[in-house]
Amino acid sequence: MIVAEKKPIEEIIDTVKDCQSILVLGCNECVTVCEAGGKKEVGLLASALRMHFLQQGREVNIGERTLERQCDQEYLEEIRDIIDLYDMVVSIACGVGVQFTAEKYHAKPVVPGVNTLFMGANEARGVWSERCQGCGQCLLAVSGGICPVSRCAKRILNGPCGGSSAGKCEINKELPCGWQLIIDRLKALGRMDDYEKIIPIKDWSTERAGGPRKVVREDLKL
Amino acid sequence: MTIRTASKLEKILASGQLAVTSECGPPRGSDPEVIPRKAEAIKNHVDAINVTDNQTSMTRLCSLAACIRLKLMGLEPVLQMVTRDRNRIALQSDILGAASFDIQNILCLSGDHQSFGDCARGQNVYDIDSLQLLQTVRHMRDEGKFLGGDPIIRPPRLFVGAAENPFADPYEIRVPRLAKKIAAGAEFIQTQCIYNLDKFEDWMRQARDRGLTEQVYILAGLTPMKSVGMARYMKNRVPGMDVPDAVVKRLADTPKEKQAEEGIKICVESIQRLKEVKGVAGFHIMAIEWEEKVPEIVEQAGLYPRPDVA
Repeated sequence: MIVAEKKPIEEIIDTVKDCQSILVLGCNECVTVCEAGGKKEVGLLASALRMHFLQQGREVNIGERTLERQCDQEYLEEIRDIIDLYDMVVSIACGVGVQFTAEKYHAKPVVPGVNTLFMGANEARGVWSERCQGCGQCLLAVSGGICPVSRCAKRILNGPCGGSSAGKCEINKELPCGWQLIIDRLKALGRMDDYEKIIPIKDWSTERAGGPRKVVREDLKL
Repeated sequence: MTIRTASKLEKILASGQLAVTSECGPPRGSDPEVIPRKAEAIKNHVDAINVTDNQTSMTRLCSLAACIRLKLMGLEPVLQMVTRDRNRIALQSDILGAASFDIQNILCLSGDHQSFGDCARGQNVYDIDSLQLLQTVRHMRDEGKFLGGDPIIRPPRLFVGAAENPFADPYEIRVPRLAKKIAAGAEFIQTQCIYNLDKFEDWMRQARDRGLTEQVYILAGLTPMKSVGMARYMKNRVPGMDVPDAVVKRLADTPKEKQAEEGIKICVESIQRLKEVKGVAGFHIMAIEWEEKVPEIVEQAGLYPRPDVA
């Protein structure tokens, strides 16, 4: 899923401080699962904003809505009838949702209430960690199912570097060395011979380097 | 191993004599005198001088400019190049720049993560890794082509090296990794600082067993300790460094004013012992901000005078 975390309330308040009415807009997908931008968090943020304005002695209308998905035209249509009631939308969906809402309602200020972080997994209750950087050319078949692009701090395709120590990365003693994980997994698979195969220079044009990406599926187009 | 370049370092290694290299760190400023001053102190005692490339991610005067200064002094630089800061365009471009000054040696590295340095909030590049940089230099040299496939007019003639750390984890892949670097094109290796001689000898034995010492020249890396404080720092704070307790204790048991001398002694004794290890082709002495000590280490280790192969 896409993992996000809440922005500090002070930062949000600073952005919305001059508004008379604000819509807090959540999303039922990834940000709900990582508990940063779902219905519950919409309620919490709206209450915090109401408290703030109350203390300021100001009457500000705070609306709450949570859409099934903010990255989908169809669901974004659901707020068309209420959007004009608000000066500003604080979207607590991921960066995709914030932008798609802004595109849909072109003349309405839409600001983010979360920082979007990475594509990751829920390791344990309250713990998420990165697994994929969307490089557009998946290497997992040759790297034992562990990604050197997202799990190595240097994205080294032929690791580990000299900084791997007791299974940890040189930049942080809490961070597993991605290449240690790859080697452990190759060992478990009985494929250590694969370690000596050199992974060739990567074509990064399918990644960010190639500019904003787009998928067009002719078979699915209406 | 046949000689492929005009590198003096390669000639000495091919002659079967133990090579000696050292290194100079460029200054954190533009003073043109720093590199020549450091080089003057060591030039008669080493065959080639590495110039580090923004080591520990601290921004410094660039390695290539410093190498050109050495070249203009008539010395033999080893251009260290990390893949952290430059993409494949910049790397190939700098390789050609070095070749245009007839710099004959390059050491291909990945580089320390930027979080250790003065630009911890910056991006890293890592378009390619150190193994792929070895492949790139060999491709440019041996095929005479850019990565993009176009021919290079006057291809670079660089003797190509890599670093290897026999002490990093996991230990079991340290020799396979050496093999991988050789397969990628490494012709010489400079190792991480060796303090755990037993472990290094075991690594060398495994390398010999696989026939790797017949395919690559291995220069054993040594760094003299200035004090027990430095030994403790290296042991506890520097990733991938293996400093045995006995080394720390030996320095701790030495009076403070004699510790530097003792550090030199340990370094010389290590060289004496490693000279006997089959497959050790030379020594890379990294006296960090202590370059003036290199001559006495080289002399005491019986590696002076240096061979004349011009």
